[in-house]
Amino acid sequence: MQIRSQISMVFHLDKCIGCHTCSVACKNVWTDRKGAEYMWWNNVETKPGTGFPTKWEDQEKYKGGFERNDDGSLSIKSTSRKKIIPNIFHNPHMPSMDDYYEPWTYDYQNLFTAKEGSDQPTAEPISMIDGEKIDVQSGPNWDDDLGGSEIYAANDPNLEGLTEQQRLQLSSVERLVFFYLPRICNHCLNPCCVASCPSGALYKRGEDGIVLIDQQKCRAWRSCVAACPYKKTYFNWFTGKSEKCILCFPRLETGQAPACFHSCVGRIRYLGVLLYDADRLEEVAKLPDDQLVEGQRSLIMNPHDPAVIAQAKKDGLPDGVIEAAQNSPVYKFVMEWKIALPPHIEYRTLPMLFYVPPMSPVQASKPADTIHHNSNNLFHDIDDSRVPMKFLANLFGGGQEGVVRYALAKQKAVRWHRRAETVGDIDRETADRMLREANCTREEADAIYKLTALCTYEERFVIPPMNREQAIEMMKEPHEHRAETGFGFVGGQTKGI
Amino acid sequence: MNTRPLDQFLFIALPYVCLFTFLLMTIYRYRHQSFSYSSLSSQFLENKQHFWAVVPFHYGILAVTAGHVIAILIPRSILAWNSHPLRLYVLEISALACGLLTLIGLISIIIRRGAMTRIRKVTSVSDWILFAMLLIQTASGVFIALFHPWGSSWFATNMSPYLWSIFKLNPDISFITAMPYMVKLHIVLAFLTVGFFPFTRLVHLLVIPNPYLWRKTQVVRWYGRR
Repeated sequence: MQIRSQISMVFHLDKCIGCHTCSVACKNVWTDRKGAEYMWWNNVETKPGTGFPTKWEDQEKYKGGFERNDDGSLSIKSTSRKKIIPNIFHNPHMPSMDDYYEPWTYDYQNLFTAKEGSDQPTAEPISMIDGEKIDVQSGPNWDDDLGGSEIYAANDPNLEGLTEQQRLQLSSVERLVFFYLPRICNHCLNPCCVASCPSGALYKRGEDGIVLIDQQKCRAWRSCVAACPYKKTYFNWFTGKSEKCILCFPRLETGQAPACFHSCVGRIRYLGVLLYDADRLEEVAKLPDDQLVEGQRSLIMNPHDPAVIAQAKKDGLPDGVIEAAQNSPVYKFVMEWKIALPPHIEYRTLPMLFYVPPMSPVQASKPADTIHHNSNNLFHDIDDSRVPMKFLANLFGGGQEGVVRYALAKQKAVRWHRRAETVGDIDRETADRMLREANCTREEADAIYKLTALCTYEERFVIPPMNREQAIEMMKEPHEHRAETGFGFVGGQTKGI
Repeated sequence: MNTRPLDQFLFIALPYVCLFTFLLMTIYRYRHQSFSYSSLSSQFLENKQHFWAVVPFHYGILAVTAGHVIAILIPRSILAWNSHPLRLYVLEISALACGLLTLIGLISIIIRRGAMTRIRKVTSVSDWILFAMLLIQTASGVFIALFHPWGSSWFATNMSPYLWSIFKLNPDISFITAMPYMVKLHIVLAFLTVGFFPFTRLVHLLVIPNPYLWRKTQVVRWYGRR
């Protein structure tokens, strides 16, 4: 066993209102630059929908992530040590700007300089790459709120395995439904981008697991863009370097939540430490599809277990990190309550961003006009909800409906429990039966309710001590470090020629 | 030694200026501007013509350059190989084919970069100078292969000793003063390209990703040692 710490995230989709504040906060801080205009390190997608870049989940097209071979070994879909030589000149699986969109602005100058005429001058769209006028065909959030659209929603790769009737229902007027999926880099435990980089420019930070691209070492071989199944590494066409979400590590190092987390209006985002067993990573990444969700959970260690704490200390984790892991909201959602699930775990990168699947309205096509809550099966409207279970399972369960149903049932039981507590129009007995069937206690339900609805900033973001000084102390004798630091050298002290 | 001053300048002074510029500037640039070491790929902006331009060019120029290097390193073996006419023909024809592949690829690259506004935006002045140099260089190479044949043999007997005399800091240009003008142009342009190398995107050659072949799959970096 080798314990490492990972900054992990939970996005509570039931609370996401799709306002894109997170995207704008991120854009303003990080990607408002030449070459990065088209990048959305944080973006919010409408599901069902095709997402950004278009149909990123279609790995037949993009060849992202790992695949499990017949002999149980793993290989990167888009590249390998052998394929790297032919791929380096022209990467056959590299998406082009047309899969994202061509960034544009408007020719505002024309409003001032246009010659006098019979019409009002207009500010026409012009490309931010070549400055030419462009006919805008697609852009960020082009399919926003277009649930039911035959162009966008109907082409969602997660619809695979749904019956014709379920698909029709998703697009029929007055029954169509959609929810939002905010996405950032998942800072995976088995990052495919890192594994594919020919230069070794991508790396995972040992202390906190943040995945970064060393801009000095990136040589624009483009492997990471093709390899990341979530398409969260982006190619800067101007600098010739790849870039990605850095989880706002400069903010984290000063104890602040990342910009997208901090700005979230719906307070859907949680951040905290998970301790995991690095020795078993490979074993878990190779598990069959249907065991991946459980397998990933088995990697995550209980930070209250004395044996784990002892091992963590042995592996050099400071007390502050262990304490942060014990208070981590992510641990509660993922491990204690098991209501947060990884996105597309079948890509085998072991993403460390988890989603609480959203409740959705029940079908309007019930035999009677009203929903009968008092039927024998209290959970009937989970399976009858408008977003088919299979769709959510494709997205969050690696195709397994069981884990998604468990998460939704527990959320529903919490609502019944709280309704019985606060409104009182549901009898206590029914609520308790509901809790029992959802494998939940009253205490647990209250805790879920509290962390979902009444959470404070400090409860949502439990940032471990990770500012530079402490991180160095983690790994280095402080007295030794003291003698070497403070002179402001970037590349290390070297004697002149 | 009865040589013209121009020859002395072109084949002794210029090579050393270019070689030292190459040596000093690549190191300087790597130490002070390592961010600028990038292949500056334009595949992201245009994904289809890219294949037909970049792939033939790279395979072609790698083969041609490798041929030159091998002939410098083992000239005697090349001469021995060429002692049978059939083997000589095979070598000459494959070299010409690689040269043509390079030329076709290079012309496609230039057309692609010139014709598409998106790609033109990411093409710098040094790129255009480099393309012009490479185009003349490749074209003159193909010309030499066609009209001054059996280059694989006379490269081994004349060019190799000349280049070795340069590397050994004891330049002897008697091997090449009688060469045709096209060959002289090819030599001068070769050194100029070497000298211009550190100021262009060609530096990506120096950072080819060999560690990938033996490094561990995942890369983890710690602040301190562990």
